Amino acid sequence: MLELKDLNVYYGAIHALKGLNLNINPGEIVSLIGANGAGKSTTLRTISGLEKSKSGYILLDGMKINSVPAPDIVKLGLSHVPEGRRIFPQMSIMENLEMGAYTRKDKEGINKDYNKVFELFPILEERKQQLAGTLSGGEQQMLAIGRGLMSKPKLLLLDEPSMGLAPIIVNEIFSVIKNINEDGTTVLLVEQNANMALKLSDRAYIIRNGEIELEGKSEELLNNEKVRKAYLEG
Amino acid sequence: MKAFNKNNIIQIIILVAIIIIGNVLVSVGIIDSYIELNIVLIGINIILAVSLNLIVGFTGLFSLGHAAFMSIGAYTSAVLTRNFNSPFIFAILMSGLVASLAGILIGIPTLRLKGDYLAIATLGFGEIVRVLALNNDYIGGAIGFNDIPQYTNWNYTFIMVVLTVVLISNFVKSSHGRACISIRENEIASEAMGINTTFYKVLAFAIGAFFAGIAGSLYANYFYFIKPDSFGFMKSIDILVMVVFGGLGSIPGSIIGALSLTVISTLLQSIPDLRMVIYAVILFLIMLFRPQGIMGDTEFRLLNKKEVKHNVSSKGK
Ligand SMILES: Nc1ncnc2c1ncn2[C@@H]1O[C@H](COP(=O)(O)OP(=O)(O)OP(=O)(O)O)[C@@H](O)[C@H]1O
Ligand SMILES: [Mg+2]
Repeated sequence: MLELKDLNVYYGAIHALKGLNLNINPGEIVSLIGANGAGKSTTLRTISGLEKSKSGYILLDGMKINSVPAPDIVKLGLSHVPEGRRIFPQMSIMENLEMGAYTRKDKEGINKDYNKVFELFPILEERKQQLAGTLSGGEQQMLAIGRGLMSKPKLLLLDEPSMGLAPIIVNEIFSVIKNINEDGTTVLLVEQNANMALKLSDRAYIIRNGEIELEGKSEELLNNEKVRKAYLEG
Repeated sequence: MKAFNKNNIIQIIILVAIIIIGNVLVSVGIIDSYIELNIVLIGINIILAVSLNLIVGFTGLFSLGHAAFMSIGAYTSAVLTRNFNSPFIFAILMSGLVASLAGILIGIPTLRLKGDYLAIATLGFGEIVRVLALNNDYIGGAIGFNDIPQYTNWNYTFIMVVLTVVLISNFVKSSHGRACISIRENEIASEAMGINTTFYKVLAFAIGAFFAGIAGSLYANYFYFIKPDSFGFMKSIDILVMVVFGGLGSIPGSIIGALSLTVISTLLQSIPDLRMVIYAVILFLIMLFRPQGIMGDTEFRLLNKKEVKHNVSSKGK
């Protein structure tokens, strides 16, 4: 479904992604794991058209989308839930979800998807009219994911959904990600929380200093000595 | 889509009634020239404050150059009505368009700047416009532009105020307006939702500048005489104070801000030095006790009573 081939991204002189290769098949949950500054967010931002790549390919169903502008990427079925729960604080939950459907015109489909989001996150329906800025951290993350679903993506890009949340909330959110995936949405999950991410995903890539260091089935990586040392212990 | 409902008809009747009453009051002399002067000033300031609010309050772009757009509109209107005898309504429209064009030209390069940088860039833009006007003999340079025909009256002022308020309120409530607000709320998320943030920033700037240009036109054709220094940095600050005073992101707030500060400033006219001090004190007190402005972010419910409805069918439990 999505293929990154020899992708290079620079911030001025900083070489943030150094010939990245990554591949996602339809229906999978793939996780991208790495430490601070490894280039995880850069990867997602480049895929969704928010950063420009210097060279290499981003192929969505075989089509090169490197220079497709961000609004059109959303229309192509890619939805990016940015790092750090970037909700719209002074808008209600409902208005946040409406913004998620910004690129869509099909009113009926949109209404259906509100209900889908509310089924996944019942708390959002209870608080429909509440200002998003007044939600707890976990609820804001749920809203950010729900809003991301409102564009009806084929591929959902999640940037560190567990960041700063209590383990019990992380569990809840991860089980919803599983549900979303079972409903037919492919997921690329960026995480520092390697343990949780590997348990949830089918396959995983480990990124370090802008390069893929390791890739494989998630179960295998969970038992890999190097991975255990670097990302799972201590 | 129903274009008109009962509410709209009532609103239109009220507006027409106000126009007629205004005309009667002018003709019998209850609204004398002094009161009219103040009404025109209040009207111009409402247009300026509401249009700046779209840029600063709703879209979150910190602009310090609003008076420059007013200046461009004022000079456009002055040239058109005096040198080319063009009809006032045409001059008003052109003033808006020229100012708006200037907004787009300055907006495209500067709107990728954030926060303070944008403020400084718009400040610089305001100074450039002022200096260009000072050095252009065709429009009178430093001496100013004289003998502009006086066309602005109660009717033009009132109608332009209503148009500004209605059009900007409707814009803010539209999906385009939502896009602008989402930029203020969180630009990165807004981009991720597929919103073309550059486009909407330039659009907010262009619309804001359009109405500031109209305000300039009303100003020029009321006071016979304009000079570049009338539209300097201090005027931009003046407008910003009205917006902040009333509440960023509140259109009724901008109206109240423009109204009250124009009245205060008229009352203090004989002591111009004190005026700025009192302005500063007011601003200080507002920031201290009501940082969200007098009206917070209250939206208009007067002009359009329809509550925002969400068409989500709640599922049966
Ligand atoms: N806008 C930017 N300008 C310059 N350098 C940047 C910018 N954004 C990221 N970088 C650099 O690019 C590298 C990769 O950053 P990125 O945000 O992709 O890391 P990350 O893996 O998401 O880290 P984290 O887990 O902390 O979010 C870092 O060295 C970072 O300093
Ligand atoms: Mg990151």
